Amino acid sequence: MNLDLHVNGRDHHLPDVPVWESLLSVLRDRLALYGAKNACEQGECGSCSVMLDDEVVCSCLVMAGQATGRRVRTVEGLEQDRVCAQVRRSMVEKGGVQCGFCTPGFVVAGTGILAADPDADDETIREGLAGNLCRCTGYTKILEAMADARETLHEDAS
Amino acid sequence: MTVLSTASRPGGIGTSPVRPDGDLKVRGLFAFSSDLSAPEMLWGHTVRSPHAHARVEHVDISRARAADGVVAVLTAADVPGRNGFGLVVDDQPVLAGDVVRYIGEAVALVAAETPEAARRAAALVDVVYTELDPVGTVEEALDPRTPPLHPDGNLVRAIDIRRGDPSRHAADVVVTGSYTVGMQDQAPLGTESGLAIPREDGGVQLLVNSQWIHADRNQLAAVLDLPPAKIDVTLAGVGGAFGAREDITLHAHLCLLALASGRPVKMVYSREESFVGHVHRHPAVLRYEHGARADGTLLYVRCAIDLDGGAYASTSWAVVSNAAAFAVGPYVCDDVEITSRVVYTNNPPCGAMRGFGAVQAAIGHEAQMDRLADALGMDPVELRLRNVLEEGDLLPTGQPIRGVVPARRILEELRDLVGVPPLDPAAGLLEMPGGVGNVTHGEGIRRGVGYGIGFKAGGMPEGIRDYATARVRLLPVRDGSEVRVVAQVQTAAAEIGQGLSTVVVQIVRSELGVADVVALPVDTSLGSAGSSSASRQTYMTGGAVQAACRALREELIERAHESFGHRAGSLLEHGHEALLRDGGLYAEDALVAPLTALVGEEGLEAVRRFDHRPTTPYGVDGQGEPHLQFIFAGHRAVADVDTETGLTRLVRLDVVQDVGKAIHPVAVEGQMQGGTAQGVGLALMEEIQVERGRIRNASFTDYLIPTVLDLPPMTTTILEIPDPEAPYGVKGAGEPATISSTPAVVSALRRATGRDLFHVPVRPWDLIAELDGLDERGEQ
Ligand code: FES
Ligand code: FES
Repeated sequence: MNLDLHVNGRDHHLPDVPVWESLLSVLRDRLALYGAKNACEQGECGSCSVMLDDEVVCSCLVMAGQATGRRVRTVEGLEQDRVCAQVRRSMVEKGGVQCGFCTPGFVVAGTGILAADPDADDETIREGLAGNLCRCTGYTKILEAMADARETLHEDAS
Repeated sequence: MTVLSTASRPGGIGTSPVRPDGDLKVRGLFAFSSDLSAPEMLWGHTVRSPHAHARVEHVDISRARAADGVVAVLTAADVPGRNGFGLVVDDQPVLAGDVVRYIGEAVALVAAETPEAARRAAALVDVVYTELDPVGTVEEALDPRTPPLHPDGNLVRAIDIRRGDPSRHAADVVVTGSYTVGMQDQAPLGTESGLAIPREDGGVQLLVNSQWIHADRNQLAAVLDLPPAKIDVTLAGVGGAFGAREDITLHAHLCLLALASGRPVKMVYSREESFVGHVHRHPAVLRYEHGARADGTLLYVRCAIDLDGGAYASTSWAVVSNAAAFAVGPYVCDDVEITSRVVYTNNPPCGAMRGFGAVQAAIGHEAQMDRLADALGMDPVELRLRNVLEEGDLLPTGQPIRGVVPARRILEELRDLVGVPPLDPAAGLLEMPGGVGNVTHGEGIRRGVGYGIGFKAGGMPEGIRDYATARVRLLPVRDGSEVRVVAQVQTAAAEIGQGLSTVVVQIVRSELGVADVVALPVDTSLGSAGSSSASRQTYMTGGAVQAACRALREELIERAHESFGHRAGSLLEHGHEALLRDGGLYAEDALVAPLTALVGEEGLEAVRRFDHRPTTPYGVDGQGEPHLQFIFAGHRAVADVDTETGLTRLVRLDVVQDVGKAIHPVAVEGQMQGGTAQGVGLALMEEIQVERGRIRNASFTDYLIPTVLDLPPMTTTILEIPDPEAPYGVKGAGEPATISSTPAVVSALRRATGRDLFHVPVRPWDLIAELDGLDERGEQ
């Protein structure tokens, strides 16, 4: 099928995409956007998280065709996003990054949480990140990073 | 001679600068081995055996070869060199020849224009098998009637360690137990992946995720029948490792396909393929007998450990040795009898995983200490303290522990932790086992507090000549009209997420007083750094970087003497402290020379190799000094169990670990927290289910690893008791927390339920009183 996608502010016209191809495959293998990762391709790990309109989804579970007419933002497309920029800074500064394979997924999910609710409490953040697996950090520093991002965004806003 | 001191510096050792790769990683721009591509690139796929044990009668590739988009199809006949690989013995075929020994063994390879074409063509490779009886257990493997799976028989290695004589004691209390440990997967989030690019000179470049690129290259040279110089292995971004990337997996396959097709070839394993594509933690049976005096003094320990190594040897040879050496745990005992064996079966191959044999051993020895404490009516921490290893004590190998042993401190810190909240019957659902599943309202919930301590060796054991290499350069760079000196550091050490690329930069900053330090890409153009395993890289590669820096410092002082003559000489006279800082060489507070003048136009470089002090092989009765250094950690766990459903919830987890010197404290905490989480996984949920050689749960849907909701608040306490023989006093930090976390969690469950718990991971039905006897394999 022919696929029209709006990704990171740009329109893409892709001919000959099999109907069963996931949004994740299209992003990675056709658009060379490697920010979304592929740790399970079964919806279990969150490493493929992207924003579909304002919702965080596992792009491995979204058929590429389902994303037509919607705004797709990958971690690369959140480069200028104020909340995302702070989540990224906090992740690096607080040691929330080790191998980094899970990281783009956490950054997108974390951005989604704080964009939806800048006052998200620790428990809300924890639950919001429950769909993202990390094998390296034991999550403690990721949670610290998220709390730090929330506080810093508040300070910047006031 | 002049003493150059290593001062504390911004971004130097002991501080926690941000990772150099952190920014790229959070922006999604860091190139993992799965994110690579090249013009004209093909995709590879592997044809794997559906049988645990079978003769390969015939492989017909004609249908696959004729399929759309297929460029190459390869079988064992196409391997130009030695069709075998392995870290210790090369017993595993790159592509199976006449026999397959496990489900998932590689039989053929396809390269095609798209991943889909490669997958489809792989299904068209026709392999005719004749099934053979699979060997499923250690007992079967060692039964003399079982035909051997490999020429030298089914026993890969057995270690006997004997000291003193357990039979000379009449103990007041004897505790026996038989414990089983399931097969754990490293489950790094990045699956196996890479890109091989043929070179014009007939060689090949491989970009891959790895723990040890030089070992990869050596094995590839034999398989491809190429001189090592024609093989360039470059470390691509590694999405975690934990032991799974010590062996080669798709490395040779990629190179074979690239050389056969003359085009770049990429492969990325799916999660399912990853489960069969790499080695696992050895499942174990541990049989123990502990004898003690009524006052708690340990009199003797007998221990027999059986490990299932699966179809190929991988690092079994060393894992079995670790299990034996650390079988007693960090306790003094003069009369010990330890036997540890590992065998070939037709199960998935097992090899390295974080903690490497000591993990299984700790599950056994800590269960025994808990149960011994119960039998004696003693507090479990007091029992451990009564028997804990101290300076000068001998291990079961007869090796003395040199220097201050941190085990007592760790236990005391754990004992003195405060903050076990009492069980709150009015707690919300979220704070109960099962959470919002609404399975309990608190009636059957019991809270337990458990402790675990463990240790292992850091570095390569048994007389292996292990070394690491580093190159450090000082270079002038022109910044407008300014010239300043920057440093580069190059090693072949695999950055696998642990933060080594930060550590080497920190060392250069501290040693050379240069703020601007870049770690160069990791490839095989420099000498080996050894493996990023055995908690050894900060010690070994850190040591090599330190040595290279110190060679440069000597050269700088030399040049200062030559070029600045009498003035420098008088400033740098005996005993005067010289210091590199702020872009200059200082003596006391006086500037001797600016670094730019000393370094010159050309720059300055030093390459150094670092060797640790030699260790010895095991001698008679397993006696010797096989280990380099000893690394310890301990945990306290607080857990709730719903005794009606067997559901659990961790309430708190606290870890204390000695790292000698924390080069990067935040990264050390990260190792402790991440290691702890993997131990929690093994305690509560992680087990590869193998049925007649087949992995039944090869997905993250069926093989669960801890999520953020499975882990409780955690405190980390870092002890810094230096190892006088190691650079900066460092001790390996990567593994210890994985060793003690599992037994501590199991111990808490034991306290909560009063049940002995003989299998790890603990399953819900093990925790339910009414299901007594079901599937319990231990002796009471
Ligand atoms: S790759 Fe999409 S959830 Fe794991
Ligand atoms: S940092 Fe490696 S998986 Fe999260």
